[in-house]
Amino acid sequence: MSEQRSKQTVVALVENKPGVLNRVASMFRRRNFNMDSLTVGRTHQPHVSRMTIVIDGAEGMGNRIKANLHKLVNVIDVALVSDQPNISRDLALIKVRTNDVDSRNAVTAICEHYPARIVDIGTQVAIIEIAAQEDIVEALINELEPIGIVEMVRTGVVAMMRGTRILHAQYEPVKPAGQNGNGNGTYQVYGV
Amino acid sequence: MAVLTGSEIILECLLREGVDVMFGYPGGAILPTYDAMTKYEDRIHHVLVRHEQGAAHMADGYARATGKVGVAIATSGPGATNLVTGIATAMMDSSPIVCITGQVPRGAIGSDAFQETDVTGVTLPVTKHNYLVMNIEELAYTIREAFHIARTGRPGPVLIDIPKDIQQGTTEFIYPEGEIRLPGYRPPQEANGDDIAAALELINHAKKPVILAGHGIIMGGAAQELRELAERSGTPVSLTLLGKGAMPEDHPLCLRMMGMHGEAASNKAIQEADLLIALGMRFDDRVTGNLKTYAPHAKKIHIDIDPSEINKNVRVEVGIAGDVRTVLAQLLPGVKSQQHPEWLSHIRDWQEDSDERDILRHDTGGKLLSAQVINDLWKYTNGDAITVTDVGQHQMVEAQYYPHKRPHTLLTSGGLGTMGFGFPAAIGAKFGKPDEEVWAIVGDGGFQMTLCELATAVQENINVNIAVINNAYLGMVRQWQEFFYEERYHATPMISPDFVKLAEAYGVPAMRVTHRDQMQESVEFARSINGPTLIEYKVEKEEVVYPMVPAGADLDAMIRRPKLGEK
Repeated sequence: MSEQRSKQTVVALVENKPGVLNRVASMFRRRNFNMDSLTVGRTHQPHVSRMTIVIDGAEGMGNRIKANLHKLVNVIDVALVSDQPNISRDLALIKVRTNDVDSRNAVTAICEHYPARIVDIGTQVAIIEIAAQEDIVEALINELEPIGIVEMVRTGVVAMMRGTRILHAQYEPVKPAGQNGNGNGTYQVYGV
Repeated sequence: MAVLTGSEIILECLLREGVDVMFGYPGGAILPTYDAMTKYEDRIHHVLVRHEQGAAHMADGYARATGKVGVAIATSGPGATNLVTGIATAMMDSSPIVCITGQVPRGAIGSDAFQETDVTGVTLPVTKHNYLVMNIEELAYTIREAFHIARTGRPGPVLIDIPKDIQQGTTEFIYPEGEIRLPGYRPPQEANGDDIAAALELINHAKKPVILAGHGIIMGGAAQELRELAERSGTPVSLTLLGKGAMPEDHPLCLRMMGMHGEAASNKAIQEADLLIALGMRFDDRVTGNLKTYAPHAKKIHIDIDPSEINKNVRVEVGIAGDVRTVLAQLLPGVKSQQHPEWLSHIRDWQEDSDERDILRHDTGGKLLSAQVINDLWKYTNGDAITVTDVGQHQMVEAQYYPHKRPHTLLTSGGLGTMGFGFPAAIGAKFGKPDEEVWAIVGDGGFQMTLCELATAVQENINVNIAVINNAYLGMVRQWQEFFYEERYHATPMISPDFVKLAEAYGVPAMRVTHRDQMQESVEFARSINGPTLIEYKVEKEEVVYPMVPAGADLDAMIRRPKLGEK
């Protein structure tokens, strides 16, 4: 594949049900789509979860992924956020070796140039927190590297379109009780 | 308001979906539902299969023959895993089936209980959707949803895994009437005006157009609209394997099958076309050949109900995700009436060249060839039977030598290419269309994968005629070995049982055909018996299906049969 590759961000609203993450992950694996990062979290609607998926793929890949996500019954809505003006954030906690004065000073100085702060510091290590666009996080990591990163965790990117473009789930979940039954079902087991 | 068991709820829901037959095999975890069936046997007939794969194929055959949802039922663990090949077959060919499987009781899930398998996990990639019902209150709603998902949009298989204690539990049964609310399931319907205008612009200005018609035409009930489009715009129609029947193959505009073993004229027309109008098809590798050189001069319009198919394999100028019948109805009023006589006469020349190469015109020295068998079957069944094929050479020969007139009359495993599909699917088709003549056309290899269903056919006294095209080889694999592996025929010569004796052991009347002059007699024999029959056609061993586009080659780089007198 000699096509141009680029990072593309897809956001999906999904039903908050067991197994939905598995369905999404399984589709990516089955279609041989390469996932850069995936985050899942709650939204202001209790029955809706939101996934942000970053992929590194050829042009058009984002739209193919969007169409395939739409095919999943539990996926309520999908947007290719990277096609729109958007805000994206990746949160990282970076533990750096700070066992001498030089390294402590260096870390403090570097952090001043980033939307980062030192959230824990001791005689051996410090933890730096940054929540920023992915490329800024990468830049900070590059600067901290020579000082000595000993541990790191990143959440993966979350993203939201700017302005009035809104991804919103227009639905209420089906309440089974009353739909079929009185909600007082009883169960019996006669062995496996 | 009645309090019912989960098992009774399952059957009540099936009744409301219009199910009158299901194909299955009992076992521990589905036994409560089998027990409840005794009260419903007068309304839902259960067909006991001999292997669950057969149940899935029968449900699939039923669905393909009728357009309705087929139902298969099996127990947990091995019962459910045996369904998987059949489910994957239905998935690849977008066939609407619902599979119900028993599961160990909820409390035992995850404990590696006897006959426990994570069936929703196993079938996730090969179903359109699946469910594990963990609350009896959700059971009726889930079944209704499952049928809805199976039959709407791009149809496909849906599996419902139901733990034994849910089947045994009880609750008040209130059937969930009204709208099905699936917030994330909105199959596209209509095209927008801009897309229609863009498509019309291309259609009305094309000089060398070709329509590519697929399974979607048949499942979407759009055969009439297809014909109108073709006739009004003067556009020839090339069919995919699963599109056979979308247009009568004797229609002057029909170019018959495209692809790897398609008609040479069909493939050449595609490669020379200036416009492809792809309707309800998905540009499978078996119809495109090398994508880099595919239809290089053509602009492309692609209409399919599945948005993820648009621009998947072939980049198109106009992609319309919508119901093909609805979209064609939108297009038709704007289609200019025109003819393309030069283009068609160009195609005619290719067709005449093919006619000269036709094996039926060659002197075959008294050998019985599969093409003769299939063509005679066509002749003596008036080209009007439902034929259900297996996979391999005989399948391609069927596609070439049994022209179909109407939709839902060729049932074949195209996408997955499942050997063993043909015979059980034919049984299912006959249940769906009891008044039609049904022929299973199978090879000696594939038939042996599911021939245990002979007992099912006898137990049900189902009137399916089985034509075993026996060349004592796995013929298609042998053909690949001949062309691409220097004739090293490894693991393809095949010893088979005496099929006539075997059939008789099952109680199936049978005969053997070794000469062409027995063809009519064999069809009459099959027709004279109200029940299953088997005819073994002993054909030439080392036949080759021509033309052939080698895998990955350019679509018009076909290996051809030499003309008469050529070598």
